[in-house]
Amino acid sequence: MFAATREASGAGMALALALDGAQMGEERPWLWVQDATALRRTGRPYRPGLPPALRHRLIHVVAKTPEDALFALEEGLRCRDLAFVLGELTGNPKALSFTAQRRLSLAAEKHGTPLWLVRLDAARDLSSARLRWEARAAPSRPPRWDRHAPGAPAWHAELFRARAHPPGQWILRDDGPGLVAAPPARTPDHGDLGGGAGDRSLAAY
Amino acid sequence: MAIWVAALAIDRWQLTEGERAGPFALLSETAHGPRIAATNAAAREAGVRAGTMLADARALCPELAVAPADPAGDRAFLESLALWAQRWGPWTALDPPDGLLVDVTGAAHLFAGETAMLAEAQALLARRGLTARLAIAPTAGAAWALAHFLPFRGGEDVHALDQLPVAALRLDPATVLILRRLGLKRIGELSGVARDALARRFRNTRAPAANPLIRLDQLLGKVPEPLLPVLAPEVPLVQRRLMEPIRHRALLDQVLGDLCADLARVLEGKALGARRLELGLWKVDGEVLVRRLELAAASRDPAHICRLFGARLDDVDAGFGIELARLRVPWCEPLALCQRDFEAAAEEHGTSLAACIDRLSIRLGEGAVRRPVLHASHLPERAQRWERPLTAEPASQGELAFHARPLKLFDRAEPIAVLYASPDGLPRRFRWRGEVHEIARAEGPERIAPEWWRERGTVRLRDYYRIEDSTGRRYWIYRHGLAGDGRGGAPEWFLQGLYA
Repeated sequence: MFAATREASGAGMALALALDGAQMGEERPWLWVQDATALRRTGRPYRPGLPPALRHRLIHVVAKTPEDALFALEEGLRCRDLAFVLGELTGNPKALSFTAQRRLSLAAEKHGTPLWLVRLDAARDLSSARLRWEARAAPSRPPRWDRHAPGAPAWHAELFRARAHPPGQWILRDDGPGLVAAPPARTPDHGDLGGGAGDRSLAAY
Repeated sequence: MAIWVAALAIDRWQLTEGERAGPFALLSETAHGPRIAATNAAAREAGVRAGTMLADARALCPELAVAPADPAGDRAFLESLALWAQRWGPWTALDPPDGLLVDVTGAAHLFAGETAMLAEAQALLARRGLTARLAIAPTAGAAWALAHFLPFRGGEDVHALDQLPVAALRLDPATVLILRRLGLKRIGELSGVARDALARRFRNTRAPAANPLIRLDQLLGKVPEPLLPVLAPEVPLVQRRLMEPIRHRALLDQVLGDLCADLARVLEGKALGARRLELGLWKVDGEVLVRRLELAAASRDPAHICRLFGARLDDVDAGFGIELARLRVPWCEPLALCQRDFEAAAEEHGTSLAACIDRLSIRLGEGAVRRPVLHASHLPERAQRWERPLTAEPASQGELAFHARPLKLFDRAEPIAVLYASPDGLPRRFRWRGEVHEIARAEGPERIAPEWWRERGTVRLRDYYRIEDSTGRRYWIYRHGLAGDGRGGAPEWFLQGLYA
């Protein structure tokens, strides 16, 4: 998943998709690996702001170099007690070659642990990821009681490469019980029209 | 039973260095020069007292021989003596600096009565070269008092205690001085005074050593007196002495694997798991290399321990060879025997969480793997702390549902340049990291005042706004201070967090 460091939409959307794909009653911890640049540019996870179902289960790993981050990601994928693994890496480091990415995808598939790798400020290089997203923030719908306040998170998600799914663009909204996809609107969204378009989970991995 | 080795330091010195006939003293270094810590009988006869300066003592007794005192060594000797004294009772407690308390409840008949037991203890201590004074009494306080002030009489009753001086209550010198000024010199005189008067006099002192009433009740057994027993920790230890010194890594790995397998067997027999491990490698040239390891959860899996140590042995310089390898477990935790998983598939499926965390913290460092826990604070950056994973979560207040907090928080809030502020205080446009953001929607302010009980009075308050810019990016910004609050110039703006 590609995102910019000026916003937290990459991690936010990855968490929303991970929550959408998780089974009910999942109580295993999950791993969040950040390299040093990602930590400096986008900040640390903040527990009161995490989704309530994930708050108490976070284990956070700070890696100094991309090599260490890849090691931590792979160890996390191999662990049977982790619900999923979220990685944040900045730029296109040399260590994150196609071979390394393939290693990660194979480990994720072998052990059945989902991996959400957020690439911050990175170019779309060669990759073996099964689903490749581009995430950026989208204007949220105004909340019901205060029209001037920011609403529930929304992202403009572009799926540009996937094995079992045609590419496309959606507006993902995290309001209410689950994640809702809507086709991107040319004009600002005013009403509650997007719900019917795609009420299905996009977190198939 | 209380044992008082009256001249512990002198006895120990004479045991190690040999008997000395003339006047002799041990010295402790103080800020005002050497001061006498302990003396032998000949020096006492010559008039040298513990506590005088060395120069004064030399004036009294020019032929005085001295040596430096070793309080830490005395303490270690007392601890080993406490373990040795467990031959008379199930547990012993230290009574620093020079005493021991042995619980002999129900053990006296094994030594043919209390009198015979005291005689045997006296003889055994004398054979070790220690002059000791002993007493047996129903309470620890009474035994202490009798041993220090009324030697060698067992099974005394309360009336014998009445005649002892008040210092026998184990009080501070200052409290003894107060009691002497009040005219109370014997323990019996304390019960003569109305208890209310004494309670009023010492109502502010809670420490037992400063409150004669508590000590009196402990002496008579009216209030319990908890004591800290001395226990000998049994450290699981395995070692391999090598016939030929080894110089190569492959051989060292082999030895390490053998050690881990031995250790697993030892720990399994005791139903323990290792939390901290110490690997010592003795080299031929006399050097000792020590590698320490700490595990996130108790484990005795030899493959896991071997793998973790393997990552720490890369920088070992074997020199002329390693001749002895030893693995110790200074910190164990109970780990019950458990049945292996029936499904072999579960074994192959992956590592456990504790093993994963061990591997991560060995490679990335101790502080790299953390979990957030809540902390009671209003300030957002103080409201979360980082702790080791797998520890129990501390109790904390529930989070407020109407607080919409950002997903990520910067370690240091980043300053933003406000380009245009509307009259009600919120900027309409700001510049952050070289890009201009137009605020489309905002919610706030949420005012968070500084914590006056912790910070100085000049710290400014913060007004937080939850904002969304024209392209939908959501931020958490705050204004530091108010215009005209007298705590600095114009208020500054900061961006502290990113919303999802």
